[in-house]
Amino acid sequence: MRIVLEGRVIREGRAEGEALATRQPISFYGGVDPETGRIIERGHELEGEVIADKILVFPYGKGSTVGSYILLRLRRRGLAPKAIVNQRCEPIIAVGAIIAEIPCVDEVDISVISRGDIVKVEGARVEVWKRRQSP
Amino acid sequence: MLAGEHGYAAQKAMEILVALGKIYGAERLIEIRSAQISGVSYANLGEEGLEFLLKLAEDGKVRVPTTLNPCGMDLEEWAEMGVPEDFADKQLKVIEAYLKLGIEPTLTCTPYLAGNIPGLGDHVAWSESSAVIYANSVLGARTNREGGPSALAAAIAGRTPLYGLHLDENRAPTMLIRAPRISSELEASALGYRVGRMLGSGVPFFKGLGAVSRDQLKALGAGLASSGGIALFHVEGITPEAHRYSGMHAEEEIEVTEKDLREEIELLSESLEDPDLIFIGCPHASIEELTELYLLLGGRRIGRRLWVFASRAVKAQAEKIGLLEKLEELGVKVYCDTCPVVAPLRRLGVKTIITNSSKAAYYLRNIHGVRVQLKPLQELVEDAVR
Repeated sequence: MRIVLEGRVIREGRAEGEALATRQPISFYGGVDPETGRIIERGHELEGEVIADKILVFPYGKGSTVGSYILLRLRRRGLAPKAIVNQRCEPIIAVGAIIAEIPCVDEVDISVISRGDIVKVEGARVEVWKRRQSP
Repeated sequence: MLAGEHGYAAQKAMEILVALGKIYGAERLIEIRSAQISGVSYANLGEEGLEFLLKLAEDGKVRVPTTLNPCGMDLEEWAEMGVPEDFADKQLKVIEAYLKLGIEPTLTCTPYLAGNIPGLGDHVAWSESSAVIYANSVLGARTNREGGPSALAAAIAGRTPLYGLHLDENRAPTMLIRAPRISSELEASALGYRVGRMLGSGVPFFKGLGAVSRDQLKALGAGLASSGGIALFHVEGITPEAHRYSGMHAEEEIEVTEKDLREEIELLSESLEDPDLIFIGCPHASIEELTELYLLLGGRRIGRRLWVFASRAVKAQAEKIGLLEKLEELGVKVYCDTCPVVAPLRRLGVKTIITNSSKAAYYLRNIHGVRVQLKPLQELVEDAVR
């Protein structure tokens, strides 16, 4: 099944990949390890997951503004997500996506995207191919 | 600028500002009078942050007077502080990049004590939460709580999106705070810390504080901005915009007592017998605080490490009036350009600290894992001479 969503461009770009999705906000400063790209926030539903090369889907960012520089560090090390899809982007993620040149789109109904779906981001357009439900 | 005809730096700057404007529904960009940039310590920027700044500096220049937050070391006396050479090399590269961008190397969190003094109603783009709240509340200037890169973007473009605290409607109090009289910077910072923690965000309006000094307002703001996302407060009869709201009845009201302040201090503090360092100057000390320190010492030499952190501008003032020499004779060390929060503290071998700032206590414990005791200046001086 394919779903087409229309959002708002925060950072222009196109990317296609597997979704890593969460309903919880993400803090990049202190919450993501810049050496490995792994989510390290205690008790986060994605704790232990690696964000590299994923389409990272989360509602919004939180925490210190230093988080923008963490996105840049991840990008330079090849550990950044391919694209970011937010419900409502805020300055930490927006600035991080711009300086790290990661495609970023928001005002998307992220509740229809699940982990493992294939997602294609193209400007404001987000196409989702739902992963087949396991029997 | 957005199309890139003015180069990489101008394009990145506009991209950031347009995105922020979009997120907050700003109708347009407005011109700013000055900027204050955080994100200077190499300890926070890392190699990638440095690379980004170097790239911006290739073709970028700020369009308005722009000052800089503290970095990770005193630029003249880093070796004496115990800062390792590899760190110093990287730190100097960061400063060079900022210089190339046309930024003044004030290296202080109190730009308003170092020549960057916006007036009532001036639009600015500042980062550094304690400076943001001072500019809005005590000077009556207008700035949102910028991060390092967004303040830098505004400085390069000379503009910022018109939203948030730039608009009258967002500067009105949201909560009335009945507070006890304040008698020290420590009490002021504890009051700020408590109210910030209770409110999380919004605009507190304080009543009952009495005749607070400029330094107490600085401490109050730093406390509010470190435990909460607060960027503006008013004090009845003191701060420049308070009179606009004097007849206002806030829907909600909080009372803070002297006992609450003592509890707040206990919460951030533990008992230390033999501290590695006693320091004042978070935010950076003013000339008045240096004078008070000298008077409290009363000619007694200190028996352990007592450091003061201040801007180079304030240190120069102290030197001019002979105060610096007198403090140094008694064994006090005045460092500039840095502070314990942004210095590579563990590498300096500091594990226990006595200070008079709630903000410092919060960050030293959480970022550096240092043990901290909070004491008012008077008592802290007695510990230092012992």
